[in-house]
Parts: sequence; structure tokens; C-alpha cells
Amino acid sequence: MVQDKENTSYRVVLFHSTSGALLAEKLLKKEGIAYKIIPVPRHLSSDCGVCLRFESQDETLVRKALAEKVEIQSFCTL
Amino acid sequence: MRSVGANPGRSGHRLSIEAGRILIEAREALAELFGIDDPLRIVFTRNATESLNLAIYGLLQPGDHCITTSMEHNSVMRPLRALEKKGLELTVAPCSPKGELDPREIEKAIKKNTRLIVTTHASNVVGTLMPITEVGEIARAHGIPFCIDAAQTAGALPIDVKKMHIDLLAFTGHKSLYGPQGTGGLYIREGLEKGLEPLMQGGTGSRSESQEQPDFMPDKYESGTPNTVGVAGLGAGARFCLTQGVAHIRAKEEGLTRILIEGLGSIPGVTLYGCRDATRQVAICSFTIHDLSPSEITMALDEEFNIMSRPGLHCAPAAHQTIDTFPQGTVRLSAGYFTTVEEIALALEAVGKIVARSRTQG
Repeated sequence: MVQDKENTSYRVVLFHSTSGALLAEKLLKKEGIAYKIIPVPRHLSSDCGVCLRFESQDETLVRKALAEKVEIQSFCTL
Repeated sequence: MRSVGANPGRSGHRLSIEAGRILIEAREALAELFGIDDPLRIVFTRNATESLNLAIYGLLQPGDHCITTSMEHNSVMRPLRALEKKGLELTVAPCSPKGELDPREIEKAIKKNTRLIVTTHASNVVGTLMPITEVGEIARAHGIPFCIDAAQTAGALPIDVKKMHIDLLAFTGHKSLYGPQGTGGLYIREGLEKGLEPLMQGGTGSRSESQEQPDFMPDKYESGTPNTVGVAGLGAGARFCLTQGVAHIRAKEEGLTRILIEGLGSIPGVTLYGCRDATRQVAICSFTIHDLSPSEITMALDEEFNIMSRPGLHCAPAAHQTIDTFPQGTVRLSAGYFTTVEEIALALEAVGKIVARSRTQG
């Protein structure tokens, strides 16, 4: 779990269901990428109520960790 | 229930997430057991019967043709017979009196409108293993989905859905997966969900703004609150199989089966059914004793010798017709990973005594 940092920009990855979010969580944990499970922000629409938040600078790493392993709905800016 | 207790997938709070993790862990352990790449292709059900009903009712329409075998459990036969009344064409491929299937019997039954081939992986009456890989190859070559009833084999025998060309795998949690009763699942190969209707619709914790059932896995087939407490047990059981190693479990059970077969086969007055070959069956033996009914034998085994057995038709009348023990049935003994050689010896001694007594009285 990550503490909110000042001056950090975040992105989120949305999923079709919590199953997807939890599978993704394991994959990010395995790669040592910092993430937090958060409710989907009001301005975004998603199939499922939770999403994974990560630091924007880690996006390439996140995409690589999840590629081919779990279905993603979309990546969005927080 | 004591420490987590929340509803998976229905909230963002930490206990709900924790409950969701329990489901994911179980899906992953099962996926690893069966050689499935994507754990989300596994749908949780309450037993293999529900899984088989889902596959059968989900894929078949009146006018379609289905092929099965003469050794099936009623969880396959009853849905198929019910659909037959509504216009399903059904071919029951004959098996030998030992319960063996020749894959060519399946192949020669294939027609233009064959939409599903469903067979047991191992008979729940005599234990005979079916030639799953060969049947899977035939099914794949003809583009027909192949469903196996793995109630007797999941956790007890290595299963690899890719190598065995399995499209749908129905399993139960309460047998060789060491889970609680009330758990089970169905693996659905990628793409098949498009043409497979769910048995129920309802809330899934996803796409909640829509009044239409989601079309993605596994939510399409998992409406309502799952049996989280059961799945926790199922996951632990599946993990146990992985830690012990299925090959190791199989080797032990095969050894016990060999002793049981040799023992039962050498008691005069006992008829032992099936292949009588531990390498070609799971750890199940069905036998009868001349002049005694299966129920009498089971009662004696239970009351006098503390040996649990199951008499009768084992919910598989078709199988008993095939091995020619219909309608009286057989007594079925089965060994497991925790059965000891001493317990097998006691069982054999008990059967011997029951036979001897029936002779002096008869």
C-alpha cells in the first residue's frame, strides 16, 4: 500500500470486475511496482467499482506487467 | 468467516477486497492444477453436477446432436435425457463390460449437427479411465467442444487441459480436491463463453449500471453472492494437492488400488468388476458377493467392521447396465490419499469374513 505523496501524478487502470483488479494487484506486487486499490473516481466510468492507482512514471512498467495476463478496461489519468 | 466475512466484489472496503483475494487464490491454484493459463476462465459452482448442467444446457439446443458414453453418471445422463425430450439428438457410445471406451465409437457417431461431446474422465462405478486425450483430439479435429466430467479425477490424476484438448472441465471440490461439499467449478476454454448461456442472471458486482448480464468471464456465470467460505476451503484443498504433487498422490493411490484389486480378486465368491488393473483406473473397486445383496454387504461392513462402502447403482444406472450389474448394483470401496495399507487389509479381511459367513449360512 502506498502513502499519498505530494507533487506526484497518478494514473489508474480500470477493469471489468474485481477479479481482474485483484489478479493485476498480484502481478504488480510481483514486479515490486507501487500501487493502491482505490474506488473508481467519480469522473471516470468503469465496469467495476475499484481500480488500481499507480505513479504516472511507472506506466510503462505497469503495462508490461499486465500485458497478456489480465484483461484491462482502460488506463486513465486520476 | 471469522476474520474476513465480507462480500467479495461488492465493495471497495478492505474486507471485501480480502474476500475477493480468497476467490482469486482459489482460481489460481485450480488453474495451476489443470494447466489453465487464465484463472478467470474458471467459474465457481456448487458441485460437478451444476458444472455439467451449465455446460450441457448452456451449449445445446433442440435439433443439436450430442455424443456421450454408456458409463456416465446421472449428472450427465439426466440433463441429456431431459433435453432429448425437447428435441436433442443423443448418441450413447457403447463401452465394454469393463467400462472401457474405444475412441472410434465417438468418432463414428459424429454428424453435421454434433454440438458437444461429453464424457466422464473416470467411471465412478468401476474407476475405468477414459481415453480423454484421444477423444479430445477427435473432437478438436472436428471443431466440436469437448467436456469432461472430472469428478473422480481432479486432484487425483494429472490433468492438462491443453495437452488433453479439453474445452470444458467440470470438477467438484469435495472429492480429490479436499474441499468442502458445496463447491466445484467449470473451466470454459477461451471463446466458448460466447455461445454458452448462463443458468442464471443476477448481480455480479460489475457493470452495475446495466440491467443486462455481463458477457465476460467469470462474471457471466457467477451471479449473486458466492460461497466464499466454501471457496476458501476449496482453495486450501487445491493448494494441498499442488504441494503434495498430483503425480505423488496418484502413485500412492495406484499402489493402494493394486492391493485392493489383488485382495478382492483372490477371495472366492467375490466378483470384481472393471479392468482390475490399477494403472487403468482410479482408486475405486466395485464388487459383488454371490447370494448376498449389496445393501446387506454394506451394512455388515459398516456395522461390524467400521468399513464405509456404497451399495447399489451409484447414481450411474447406465454404467451398471454396461457392466451387467443392473438392477442390483454393486458394493463400491474406494481408497484415498489418506488411506493406509492396514486399512485396506482390514477391509479385505472383513469382506472375506462376510463371504465365509454367507457360505455357512447359505
